[in-house]
Amino acid sequence: MEKKGGFMGWLDKRLAVDSLWKVMMSEYYLPKNINFLWSFGVLTMLVFVILVISGIFVLMYYKPDSHMAFDSVNKTIMMDVAYGWVFRHTHAVAASIMFLVLFVHMGRGIYYGSYKAPREVVWVTGFILFVLMAATAFTGYLLPWGQMSYWAAQTITTLFSKIPFIGPDLVIWIRGNYIVEDATLTRFFALHVTLLPALILVFTAVHLYAVRIVGSNNEDGIPMTKEEKKEKGIPFWPVFMSKEYFVMSVFLLFFFFLVFFNYNFAMDPINFQPADYLQTPPHIYPEWYFLAFYEVLRGFFFSEALGLIAFVLSMFIPLFLPWLDTSPYPYVSGKHRPMFKVIWWIFVADFVALTILGKLPPTGLFAWIGFVTSIIYFIFFIALPIIAAIEKKKVATGGGR
Amino acid sequence: MAEEKVSRRDFLLYAMGGWAAVGLGGVLYAMYKTWEPLPEVKAAGVVKFDLSKVKPGQMKVVQWRGKPVFVLRLTPEMKKCSNRVIKGEYVVVLGICTHLGCIPNWEPDRQIFKCPCHGGEYDACGVNTFGPPPRPLDIPPFKIEGNTIVLGEAGPEYEKMMKG
Repeated sequence: MEKKGGFMGWLDKRLAVDSLWKVMMSEYYLPKNINFLWSFGVLTMLVFVILVISGIFVLMYYKPDSHMAFDSVNKTIMMDVAYGWVFRHTHAVAASIMFLVLFVHMGRGIYYGSYKAPREVVWVTGFILFVLMAATAFTGYLLPWGQMSYWAAQTITTLFSKIPFIGPDLVIWIRGNYIVEDATLTRFFALHVTLLPALILVFTAVHLYAVRIVGSNNEDGIPMTKEEKKEKGIPFWPVFMSKEYFVMSVFLLFFFFLVFFNYNFAMDPINFQPADYLQTPPHIYPEWYFLAFYEVLRGFFFSEALGLIAFVLSMFIPLFLPWLDTSPYPYVSGKHRPMFKVIWWIFVADFVALTILGKLPPTGLFAWIGFVTSIIYFIFFIALPIIAAIEKKKVATGGGR
Repeated sequence: MAEEKVSRRDFLLYAMGGWAAVGLGGVLYAMYKTWEPLPEVKAAGVVKFDLSKVKPGQMKVVQWRGKPVFVLRLTPEMKKCSNRVIKGEYVVVLGICTHLGCIPNWEPDRQIFKCPCHGGEYDACGVNTFGPPPRPLDIPPFKIEGNTIVLGEAGPEYEKMMKG
């Protein structure tokens, strides 16, 4: 190790910053056979930073009280605070875009088999981050206290009442009232600004640490040691990040285009009416990123219980991917798995179809299409172990490449 | 000697661990209790209403747990439905459409509850007669104390009605 003087040398002696920098940045090597989809992980961090910063600024004027919340958002922040609207629109758009980036990041992980051994911990921590993000988005959505906020919270908390035996009491406990009320708003606020972001930070740290232990996957799913990557690959800092800066720049152009010119998709018009517990809007739907799961809930239109079970399953089944699909190299990456490719693209198309159907009224033909698309969603997860078994047999008989 | 030392350590460990578990349990219980509805909310969860204030043929709305409760006093010529009537002449139902949760309106001339959202209709007893509602209007838990109805507490009359 070279000797360094000055402040950094002083700090290094006390905090070993040099070693930390090497492990996390300059001696963390990535293979060269990756594509631009590998840049979405850092993008989620970028969006998270944007959310925290814009969040801090809207927090300075927001009032978590059922009598004041609506006006503090729609009058104080939007009209009175200089540039308050920028921070609100940024926060709302970033929340939405976070899920777009997350879906791409997770989709890349699934397609290239990045969840497989030895990267199970990376996948599981990443999945927990997704659930935490969903919880943060859900609690945050109640805070403007508009009609959509209110009825989304009312509907989703009502789902807990369907749990056998404890359900009816549990839902009152969660709300702190018989309906969604002031107590609900304030506790959702507390979770949204303290516990959930803190947990996200902790799991992000574990997620990043885990990926540095096991290393990045690559397009072809080739297992590589750190030495091989060092020889053939590129270091995270400065080479990978220099490319990442370009992606970030393009992303930020797109992001701020949305913030300034097309923020409406993140601001439902119904939510500009104050919450009214005696008036349900005729058509309630979640934000676009929950529509697919919501459609699974509605898809089993003939049985409420079945729909609920399917809904919970649809959200948590991806957690088990590392154990549903265990086929070894050369069948790690979807790029080299013909059978996987077929069900993967059906799955992607199905997810898009579910998202579209989630916003349509669940009547007549749509109800049946919703049912079929819900079933197809699960077929992907059922087919994976079967495909993996066939591929394992091929490997055992000397097949593959 | 060595064995004795280990067991002493084990004892301390268990004692400390056990004591810590009690502390943790206490903390979790306190946390759990903080999320329960406040006393004022619980108190508002039980509403008393004097039934004699409603004239025959009249419909009054009582707020209970953030929901409207319809109290309708039937006139002798209105359709009787003994299994849903309290004290022989009162219909007490939750004013939430069983289809998608809108609030139906009482139409005195037609003697029906009509939901403005999707056109569902219920008769004077709250039984669905037309449109998408899947079941009659729900009956809130109640208790009878003379002429007063207590909403939010299940009395013998309510349990009998639920069984029937």
